[in-house]
Amino acid sequence: MWAYTARRILYAVPIAIGVTVICFGLVYLAPGDPVQMLLPPDASQADVEFLKKLYGFDQPIPIQYFKWLARAVTGDLGTSLQTSRPVLGEVSRALSNTVIISLGAVILAFSLAFVFGTTAAYFVGRPIDRVVTGISVIGVSVPNYWLGIVLIIVFSVELGVLPATGMGSNGSDDFTLTSWNQLKYAILPIITLSMVPLGIIMRSTRAAVAEVLAHDFVQTLRAKGLSELSVLRHAVRNALPQILAVMGLQFGYLVGGSILIETIFTWPGTGFLLSKAILTRDIPVLQGAILVLALCFVATNLVVDLLQTAVDPRIKRA
Amino acid sequence: MSTLRASLKPFAFVAALGAMMVIQPAEVRAESVLRVAMTAGDIPDWTGQPDQGFEGYRFVGWSLYDALINWELSRSDREAPMTPGLAVKWGIDPKDNKRWVFELRKGVKFHDGCALDADLVVWNIQRLIDDKTPGFHPVHYARYRTRTVNIDHAEKIDPTTVAIYTKTPDSLTPYAMSMWYMISKCAAEKVNYDYAQYAKAPAGTGPYKFDRMVPRERLELTKNADYWDPRRVPKHDRLVLIPMPEATTRAAALLAGQIDFLEAPSPDTIPRLKSAGMNVVTLPYPHNWHYQLNFVEPPFNDVRVRRAANYALNRDEMVDMLGGVAQPGYAIYTPTAKLYGNPVKYLYDPKKATALLKEASCYPCAITLAISTSGSGQMQPLPMNELVKAQLEAAGFKVKLEVMDWNALLDVGIKGREKYPQYSGINISRATQDPGYGLLRFVTKQQWSPAGGNWGWYVSPEIEDLTKEAMATFDDEARDLLLTRIHEIASRDAVMLFVTHDLNPRALSPKLKGFVQAQSWFQDLTQIVVGN
Repeated sequence: MWAYTARRILYAVPIAIGVTVICFGLVYLAPGDPVQMLLPPDASQADVEFLKKLYGFDQPIPIQYFKWLARAVTGDLGTSLQTSRPVLGEVSRALSNTVIISLGAVILAFSLAFVFGTTAAYFVGRPIDRVVTGISVIGVSVPNYWLGIVLIIVFSVELGVLPATGMGSNGSDDFTLTSWNQLKYAILPIITLSMVPLGIIMRSTRAAVAEVLAHDFVQTLRAKGLSELSVLRHAVRNALPQILAVMGLQFGYLVGGSILIETIFTWPGTGFLLSKAILTRDIPVLQGAILVLALCFVATNLVVDLLQTAVDPRIKRA
Repeated sequence: MSTLRASLKPFAFVAALGAMMVIQPAEVRAESVLRVAMTAGDIPDWTGQPDQGFEGYRFVGWSLYDALINWELSRSDREAPMTPGLAVKWGIDPKDNKRWVFELRKGVKFHDGCALDADLVVWNIQRLIDDKTPGFHPVHYARYRTRTVNIDHAEKIDPTTVAIYTKTPDSLTPYAMSMWYMISKCAAEKVNYDYAQYAKAPAGTGPYKFDRMVPRERLELTKNADYWDPRRVPKHDRLVLIPMPEATTRAAALLAGQIDFLEAPSPDTIPRLKSAGMNVVTLPYPHNWHYQLNFVEPPFNDVRVRRAANYALNRDEMVDMLGGVAQPGYAIYTPTAKLYGNPVKYLYDPKKATALLKEASCYPCAITLAISTSGSGQMQPLPMNELVKAQLEAAGFKVKLEVMDWNALLDVGIKGREKYPQYSGINISRATQDPGYGLLRFVTKQQWSPAGGNWGWYVSPEIEDLTKEAMATFDDEARDLLLTRIHEIASRDAVMLFVTHDLNPRALSPKLKGFVQAQSWFQDLTQIVVGN
């Protein structure tokens, strides 16, 4: 297991490098200039050239890339062009904020999806199955930015029971999950974010459990006189690796941050950070954030793989 | 015993009451907080010259800092003029028309206790123009470069008088000084001119002091009770500035009571805000939503085509689409601006537009316009551009809109028509409160891109002469007459496709009193009283 873990961590290195190369190339393919957003619209080309030279953007892209990579391996992701703050600090602060709502969304989605998906699988073809399938289609289909706005209008504006935006009256500095006064700020973003994973995990759970329930060994279990609950437990355990894989992927996507949801709720996470960095061509932040997020994605998949091995010994990790 | 107890009861009650009165702490007045939602996606830089366009100056710049010359923002009924700030008097040296003399305000202290004097002002001027000056900050330098380019150097005359030299005679120098913030040299020196450290304890002379900041989330400032202008000591204790780029979110936050003051509500949210009792205020201000045109390549090198485009626009329809939060734009300046004069008014006349196109042998007349999806001052760029396209096409144009993001459009704007000859026009809205940057940079040869803002290389010998004369005219009224004439000629020559001027909508919670909206990009928040 340890050797497998170490090998997987090593595999992450070329993946991260590949991501940074693609990211570097894509950022420079876009028209516009990274230093232009530091200047007013009336700036002259001479001002642009001055800043480009100062920040080293006048050098060939491969040289810029290798210089950045050399610093990145030492943990120095550079400084934000826009805020002059270290990128590592900016990304870790945003990431910790995003993890709060991503984790909340995945837990909420997984809990509901697991219960409803399993129920639907057990009653395949019956009305309850159709209802669950309908919910999962709605979850996947409803645009979550629209849902976010609707939830704000209903719960914040009309009912006044939950706050509309932000992370509390003092911002993320004072945010804690143990205080309702702060926690309530995360409720609407979590519900909004959970809708897509809810639909996807529910559908996968239903399919996986239904598939297992159709196997011959289930009939054998019943013939041996096991209660229906015990039969279901066996079926779920067999379907779990597949469900875990889907859940891990969903969590990975969510950690990348949802630009729309975080913008609507002014939630200062990775999506908010990336959207600002994209619009302002804040290249050091873009590069740093994408690198960290890619590593998070790889780490999440690794954890899921290890969990799958734990719950299903048939999956061998030689 | 019981009788004694009964007779003592009233005394016991009085004693208890007395004890309660002694123990009861003096009434603690709750801190009054003004929470503002900005349209910016991040907190504007608070270490000196702000970023995030004039929104940065409006909320952060003028709160923490002062310039030698400030803006008088206490009235709504006229375009905001300049007013003495950290200088009480200024003027051109009668013997040298490149030497301005500024007499400084006495007794002004920065938030860190450092005193304002001539040495400090000279340092503040030099640090934005000379990279050898300690505290030179390349980003501040670049950010303000368009307004410092003609400043040669500054020197101390005596402890309260400073001379500022320009490279060429420049009667508009006071405008350059009106946004040139003075920061505390002591605070910058203390951190060895490291602006990342200075950001943790910045010091200006403004009506608010820095208190705390949560990156990307909020900047909190507190009242400067010792502000040098007693009229502008804030009437609330704390100002919280929150970046909130999404218009729907800003409206929801105001309706939910999370903020008190929001910038730029989208037109579709205004009826809901009003119905909830919010005060929605609008006022003309120096803003111009237009297209700069290409004067070298056809078809806009022909004045008839430029005029045709201007006659083709139904600006009232545009105002209707924007829910009334704009006014028709017929010239660079708004009609209430002092430099407006008597420009040609291109009233909607599609027949005349078609006739002009036919006369210019450009029918249908193909044009390509570069536009953005969003951006500072761009209002609602996509639907507005779609409407312009429809109106132009109804008169005989064939319009291709090339949509790009704001940064890409700025690149087109800065590099100019020479690099991007395929565009007939670009849609970048501008602030016009400073005549140099609101007017002259669009019409003088010196400003031909990429050296300046004259994107399409317009030139007029008449305007060149008038500009030279205006720059060397140091009597404000006489200079303004010359600038007004330039504005009229620019209108006659249809130097732009004029569309609209924003009316700068804002929404305020009904608990706010005392806000006076100024006809300016800047606003004075200090007079706002926050009720319960």
